[in-house]
Amino acid sequence: MRQILMREALREALFEEMRRDPRVVVFGEDIADPMGGSYKVTLGLSTEFGAVRVRNTPISEAAIVGAAVGAAITGARPVAEIMYMDFLGIAMDQIVNQAAKIRFMSGGQVSVPLVIRCQGGPGRASAAQHAQMLEAWFAHVPGLQIVMPSNPADGKALLKAAIRSDNPVIFFEYNGLYNVRGDVPEPEEDALEPIGKAKVAREGKDITLVTWSGMTRMALQAAEQLQAEDGVQAEVVDLRTVSPWDKSTVLASFAKTRAMVVAHQAVRQGGVGAEIAATVYEEMLDLVDVEIGRVGAKFSPTPFAPELESAVVPGTADIVRAARDVLSRGGRF
Amino acid sequence: MATIKADKVLPLYRDMLRIRGFEGKATKLYEQGVLPGFLHSSVGQEAVPVGVSAHLDKDDYITSNHRGHGHVLAKGMEPERMFAELYARTTGYNSGRGGSMHIMDFSLGIVGANGIVGAGVPIATGAGISFQVNGTKQVAVSYFGDGAVNSGAFHEGLNLAAIWSLPVVFVCENNFYAESVPQSYAAKVGIAERAAAYGIPGVRVDGNDLFAVYDAAKAAVARARKGEGPTLIECQTFRWSGHFVGDPGVYRTKEEVEAWRLKDPLPRVHSWLEQHGVTAADLDTMEAAVADEMDRAAERGAAGPRPDPQAATDNVYAPEGVARA
Repeated sequence: MRQILMREALREALFEEMRRDPRVVVFGEDIADPMGGSYKVTLGLSTEFGAVRVRNTPISEAAIVGAAVGAAITGARPVAEIMYMDFLGIAMDQIVNQAAKIRFMSGGQVSVPLVIRCQGGPGRASAAQHAQMLEAWFAHVPGLQIVMPSNPADGKALLKAAIRSDNPVIFFEYNGLYNVRGDVPEPEEDALEPIGKAKVAREGKDITLVTWSGMTRMALQAAEQLQAEDGVQAEVVDLRTVSPWDKSTVLASFAKTRAMVVAHQAVRQGGVGAEIAATVYEEMLDLVDVEIGRVGAKFSPTPFAPELESAVVPGTADIVRAARDVLSRGGRF
Repeated sequence: MATIKADKVLPLYRDMLRIRGFEGKATKLYEQGVLPGFLHSSVGQEAVPVGVSAHLDKDDYITSNHRGHGHVLAKGMEPERMFAELYARTTGYNSGRGGSMHIMDFSLGIVGANGIVGAGVPIATGAGISFQVNGTKQVAVSYFGDGAVNSGAFHEGLNLAAIWSLPVVFVCENNFYAESVPQSYAAKVGIAERAAAYGIPGVRVDGNDLFAVYDAAKAAVARARKGEGPTLIECQTFRWSGHFVGDPGVYRTKEEVEAWRLKDPLPRVHSWLEQHGVTAADLDTMEAAVADEMDRAAERGAAGPRPDPQAATDNVYAPEGVARA
């Protein structure tokens, strides 16, 4: 199979969906050519599709999302780009009170086929306002779908599915993945992946590592290390959609391994990992030896200094350590 | 006056009566405690939505706000299903899931009353994007109050509509109080003047004068349909009630309220009609018919079924085909 970068895979998804469906429109800050987006994901779109369907916007996050909501409920299928996940707060009303609720409040009269693409995350000394992982904010809001792919094939197939979805999607692209290369099916295959479905990225019988987005690669590395150093076979579940999340795949894996670590780059306190851990406890109460651990960032803003950022944000070593803790607590290590 | 034809005035007057009649009936029911939630009355402001909607087709869109009964009646909603919604019955426009503050009917182009001040402004802008992308001649109207013009959503939404020449008409019902805060306190510039900041026309009219609203909206809607871009219309008006039904309005003087009651938009149209050959008896008959319509609509609305608690979480997500697991 051919190998392309994550950013290229996402760009292909946008091109293919805009060619397929004339209702798809794209707007956001700096997205038009020659800039083609701050991270070049939208490069070439405005040249091919023109200024009516692909629009640069002023710095107006609330109106970018608000206009996307208005367009979505009147027949268009907008893909709005918010340059950094950290900027979503500026558009919060339109995301939380409008996009997420209009279908519900209308009694099901209308759907809101809207994608909000944004990127960000730690690892580049971007400091406290450009490096957050904020999926937990949105996982708390019924009506939203939060998609966080970990590799180019999923990125492309899930973005295509998001654009075709009749429900609002927040599509988080971890910045550290843009230059990651991976196998991606040819465009003719029109490959889609279902929103709301996790993927077992690596099979194992001893412990389940549940993760998503940029942390998936670290979990896979941690699994290799556990295998090599401890002979532990870790199963890695890439959640891919953080809300609504795929309980059945997680529970099935846990039922097999009876040990779990949930790992994310977002702050641990109040993170999505807490929800997953609590749910697994509730569902698996009748099992005797339930061991669950969580990995997440320290309860701190993301520091600027690279050595401080590394001290706050978790990595592969934290997952390995958490896995060993869980297994030793369960007396299996 | 005015570009309006005489035979058009009578149905518009009827629309104003229906708004006043609906609000009166709803207020009475709310005070009796039979309607759940909040209620915001638009009595005193009837000329605005009627004068604007006169230029809208069924497939034009409006966004409304918390004080939206007049907007949606003028756009074609029927009082019976509105009352059903206010009663939280499944026969209501939103199947009892929205209530007064979120009432919507997409088949009538009513994309929603809104509980968040200012939120409808960028949503109307987005509807304008749809029309432009689809190459239609549709227009979106956003209704909001003087409180909304100080929100960021207003600024961003108008600017976006302006730079893209979107077919949107922004209609501000300036009733001089954002809940309790006077407009004169909340901003140092007038509302119509703000249009200059976006490079679009800004018009100020007596919002209690149906004919003035009608003319301003006519020009703005025509401009939008021709692809020439948005207009901001400031309609100066007054809500007779408090911010919500039950608010005594301690922030306004009796004299001010009384002065505005004397500027009631309805008698002005009433006397115009009399001067143009409609008899007082005919107008009395119309008023009685509207009052009767509202009584019956409220009664029938109340008779609808209550929602089944088993269905409480219906429609959080739309069903999907291929795209959803």
